[in-house]
This record gives sequence, C-alpha cells and structure tokens, in this order.
Amino acid sequence: MDACLLQCLNPQTQENLIHPMTQRKAVALISGGLDSMLAVKMIQQQGIHVEGINFFTGFCVEGHTHAIRNRDQARPKRNNALWVAEQLGIKLHIIDVIDEYKDVLLNPKHGYGKNMNPCLDCKGFMVKKAREWIEANDFDFIITGEVIGQRPMSQRKDTMPVIARESGADDRLLRPLCAQHLPETLPEREGWVDTSQLGAITGRSRHEQMALAEKWGFKDYATPAGGCCFLTDASYSRKLVDMWQHRGSREYSLDDIMLLKVGRHIRPNQRFKLIVARDAGETNYLKGYRGQFTHMAAISHGGPMTLIEGEPSSDDLELAARITARFGQGRNADRVTVEIHPIGGESMKLSIPPMPASEIAQEWYV
Amino acid sequence: MKYQLDATNLLCPMPVIRTQNRVAELAAGDTLEVHCTDPGVLHDIPAWCRINGHEVINQRREHGVIIITVKVSDD
Repeated sequence: MDACLLQCLNPQTQENLIHPMTQRKAVALISGGLDSMLAVKMIQQQGIHVEGINFFTGFCVEGHTHAIRNRDQARPKRNNALWVAEQLGIKLHIIDVIDEYKDVLLNPKHGYGKNMNPCLDCKGFMVKKAREWIEANDFDFIITGEVIGQRPMSQRKDTMPVIARESGADDRLLRPLCAQHLPETLPEREGWVDTSQLGAITGRSRHEQMALAEKWGFKDYATPAGGCCFLTDASYSRKLVDMWQHRGSREYSLDDIMLLKVGRHIRPNQRFKLIVARDAGETNYLKGYRGQFTHMAAISHGGPMTLIEGEPSSDDLELAARITARFGQGRNADRVTVEIHPIGGESMKLSIPPMPASEIAQEWYV
Repeated sequence: MKYQLDATNLLCPMPVIRTQNRVAELAAGDTLEVHCTDPGVLHDIPAWCRINGHEVINQRREHGVIIITVKVSDD
C-alpha cells in the first residue's frame, strides 16, 4: 500500500493492515471462583489469547489453609486459581504481593468494609498490578469477573469506574460479564471483541452465572462462602486488630497472618496470648513454629500443641498450662503434666489441675 | 544443570510461587528439585507444570518431606 495512503488511516486500521494476523492478548484476574472463569471463557470465544494472573496477599482463603484441620480433610487439596486455569487451558502467573499489600490494608484510601476488608482499594491495587504486568509483557487489555451490584464496595456501578481510573487501566479494563451495562472500553471500540457477545449480568443472584457454567460444562467450581479473603471474616478481623493493639504496631509478617487462621486464640491478660490447636492437623501445623515461640503440650495425656505469644510471667505459664490441659484428653483428670519449652530457655514440666471450662472467661477468647 | 529449592514450612501457594520464580531463571532442560512439607503441593506443583508446559519427572517422600523434581521446558 502507498505510504501516504496508509498515513491517512486511523492507527488501529494501520496496525491491522501492517499486522493482519495479530492476535490480541488479555490478562485475566483469576480468583479461583466462577465469575472470573466465565469472563475468561467469554473472551476466549472471541479469539483473544488469554492468560491468568493471581495475586497472593497472604489473606487469600485457600483450600489448603482449611485443610490444616482434620475436619476439612475431605475438601479437595487444590489451589482453585490453578484449577480454573487448567480447566480453561490458560497459563497462570501467581504473584506474591504480600509486602506491597501492607500499604493497601493499613492505609486504604476508600476505607474498610464491614470488617477489615479494604475491598475497593484492594481491587484497584490488583488492577494496577495487572496494568503494570500487561505493559511489561506486551498484552493489550485486562479482564475481570466483576459484576455490577455483586459486592457492596468494589462491584457497584459508581465504584467500578473508580477502579479503572485509579489503577491507570482506564479503558483497557473490560468486565465481560456486565460489559453491556458499562461504558465502551478499548477492546470493544477497536473491534477486538464484540460487545453484543458479552454479558449484561447485574446483582447478587448467581442464576445467570450458573446457567453459563452449565452451558460451558464447568462443574466442581469453587463457591467459597464469605468470599476469597479472610479480611471479610469478622472473627479473623478481630484477631488481626487484637494483634496490632497488643503489639502497639500494625506491622505484620506472613507468619503472623497465617497463625491468625489457626487455632483458638485466648488472651487471659495483656502480657500474653495462647494459640491452642483445635485438632491434630493444627497441632502438626503449629509444630512448625516451635523454634519461634514458647510452646507447650500435655505429656501425661493426649492433647493439643499451644504456642505462647508475648511475655508471660511464670504464673502466666502455669495458667497457660492449665488452659492447655483443659483442651486435652485429661480435661477431667485431677492433674495433668504439661511440658513447657520456653523460647531460648530450659524446658520444664508442670503438674497442674486442668482449668474447668467455666473458669475460662468468655472475654479471653479473641 | 540440577538445582534445589527449599520450600519447606510454606503453605500453598507459596511453594508454587517459589517454584515458578526459580524456574523462570533456569534454562530448558534444567531440573529443579523442590522440597516441601505442605501436601497441597502434590496437586498444585504438577498442575502448575501442566499449564505452563513443564514436566514433573519425579515425586517422592523422605523423612516427611515431599520432594518434587521439575524438568524445565523451553515454553
């Protein structure tokens, strides 16, 4: 084609003429749930190459975290995002954002939801990371499984443009499941995808998603109760805030936030907290922390492993031993022998009467 | 070349992330022996390999540690 004529055409048409076989590429935020799975399928059907991206904040609800407990052993031990990627036949890039995520959690510009969940900032952060990823990897746009009206903070018609704007993704962010209700995006405007083939889903009902899943033969997809993040959980959020308050700092490590997912957390006074395993699975998990915490367990009877966080006095350790004994098989015995391993000190054995359940004040439970 | 990665005492998906990041630095044909304690890796590392074109060539347990050997493809 004549060079002068080519210059008269719009940039996209020029691109199409120069590279007629260019396949457009999208990256999809994959949570492991049904919505992102359907969004990918919808875009794949339009001939777009899709790869997945999954961000690990440390607060993600993982099947494996549940599987620490004995009662959850029947659940499939799988990472749902990987499972979704395999069903769709796409690559998945799992990105560790634990450190970067701290600023999102500690300083959310848009505040928290019902608990410690900074959903709007979180979604904006993830789309921003995805935008950086497509720029670094020469992809064209981003897709998510968001649906208008499905979440009270991040999936409202008035907040969804905020995410697009603040992430810097702008019109490179396409929400296929509800695209017909949203302003036109770059891939629609350029004709890379046909809007009429995209969704018009709104609201919290899952009927349309389930119908699409049925149509496309998706079975056994994850349906996590309470969402995919521990920060939406009231009990977890309470433990997180308690940890910050008693440390006088909102700093945290991955181990800190993992341990909040495990065991009974009991704080009899300001000096220390017990983390008491609820079953053998949790005891095994807590054993991995023996080198970092004062810990104890009954040796005269079966019972749980307990970690002690804080600076307990010797009286506190005896109290902790009595509480530990209460949750073991010797709870009705006159005395139970508990072996205590202070961090950096000599181990010791205490013969103590287990604490009756009625003496463990309800307000001690975090 | 043969390489090793210690991912013990990490819960999934961290062993997968560590594997993914290490594999990205290796050449096609290299092998990476990943040492883990979370049984979830028995599902997740093979799944990650399948979707990214790499191959699990060995899987064994030694003293409670799960050892998975991944052969890196040129994908």
